[in-house]
Amino acid sequence: MWIFSSPTIVYGEQALSHLESLSGRKACIITDANLVKAGLAAKVAAALAPTGMQVEIYDRVEPDPTLEAVKEGAQAMLALQPDWLIAVGGGSVIDAAKAIWILYERPEMDPEAINPIETLGLGAKARFAAVPTTSGTGSEATYAIVLTNAAEKRKLGLGSREALPGVAILDPEMVLGLPPRQTADTGLDALTHAVEGFTSTFHNDFSDGLCLNAAKLVFRWLPEAYADGTNIEARTHLHNAATIAGLGFGNSMAALAHGMGHALGGVFHVPHGRAVALFLPYTIEYCVRGEEGSTRYVELAKFLGLHAGGERDAASHLVNAIRDLEAQLDQPQTIAACGISREDFERELDLLAANALNDTQTIMSTRVPEFDELKRLFTICYEGRLVDF
Amino acid sequence: MTIPFPSDAWIKAMMADLNASEAYLAAAANWEGSFDFIIQVGGKTTTLYMDLWHGKCREAYEVPEGAEHKADFRLSGPVAVWQKVMTKKLDPMQAMMTGQLKLTGNMAMVMKNVRAAKELVESCTRIPTEFPA
Repeated sequence: MWIFSSPTIVYGEQALSHLESLSGRKACIITDANLVKAGLAAKVAAALAPTGMQVEIYDRVEPDPTLEAVKEGAQAMLALQPDWLIAVGGGSVIDAAKAIWILYERPEMDPEAINPIETLGLGAKARFAAVPTTSGTGSEATYAIVLTNAAEKRKLGLGSREALPGVAILDPEMVLGLPPRQTADTGLDALTHAVEGFTSTFHNDFSDGLCLNAAKLVFRWLPEAYADGTNIEARTHLHNAATIAGLGFGNSMAALAHGMGHALGGVFHVPHGRAVALFLPYTIEYCVRGEEGSTRYVELAKFLGLHAGGERDAASHLVNAIRDLEAQLDQPQTIAACGISREDFERELDLLAANALNDTQTIMSTRVPEFDELKRLFTICYEGRLVDF
Repeated sequence: MTIPFPSDAWIKAMMADLNASEAYLAAAANWEGSFDFIIQVGGKTTTLYMDLWHGKCREAYEVPEGAEHKADFRLSGPVAVWQKVMTKKLDPMQAMMTGQLKLTGNMAMVMKNVRAAKELVESCTRIPTEFPA
């Protein structure tokens, strides 16, 4: 027995106008200060105007939301008492909004304890919609929530099926102004979701097709969206790809690149998409050296039109294709290239390995490294060498 | 030689296996909390207790019927589900996420130590087990 979850997805130009159909008393837009400055929160507020709902804006979400920040957000919701929460932002905003929603409904909960096992009973106070302003997180279509425990320098992979947005609105106009660097980082996050969702041990018939198509769309459209952010066709396809990948991996799981990416982000604050994409090729090299026949790289490479003479050959061509794409996007391909000194890296290496070891995504990998192997793997990724074990 | 499940001998075999596991020691370095594994076989319920502390199992036994007892975590389900998990036919996370196995306790501790939980289940799979017919 397994479960497939999906929000209602409204996509394409003018998708934002769907907000007119919401009914309620008070909506709170959860976002960040930069998106307010960029006018994106105002666009959503304007789209809500015909509903007659009172609209409030909570703009205190910051990148890599912490446990404290979501508690503070929940306190704000308890004061405002909205019956709609509308997340407008990238992964940090949408993940924070999910946690804020949970704590608004269940104020007694410890955010670190948000889990996919217990029933939370959400929906008594408010409903939840998400409007992504990046093309990559997929959070608008998943129940996953990544929060940061700042004291422990650790990102926690949490989630509850009930935290899935009821509606996800994909309007390409909301990403037209996204700068090239963020376009690349987040687009590669979508690719990592697609690849890991297809190859994780939780892959299934329902998620497979979504992951494959998302991977193909990212390879096809990300370079164009990066080169010309005003290309509405590229933006639209990439925006759709991110949500399709979210649906895919959200219903299977991500894997080792995410486990290592969360660890790197928690310690060194490397943006999520940049971190997971950095690790993706290395983790493919690592996994394919595991038990023969345990990976799905042949099927994935063939679908992408790459040469796939056997498992290792397919993995090698897949790695090359990802690295070629990353090179086109001027993406850092080593930890050192992220601007982290050798001294800082070595000082934190044990913590990186320990956090990756106990990350919820790491254990979904077809080959799960032990602590010492993780240290070796991180070191190889720091130096940009071939994985040889 | 196989060991009947669930039984005192079985949980003691698992304790020995866990305490010999380097992987569990590393993964559960921060784990603090005792566990009740509650197995329903027909109309009977058997509870197997483990005291788990920083990568080691300090004590393990079958809880005598009617004994006053409370562990920090409780994982319960029918023996058929346990068998599927222990023979790797069902992922333990999927079993819990779909309610086939029910887990109660400090969920923050669980979410921060998922690898420890995985190694715990790996240990189960290594015990030569005889399941009830």
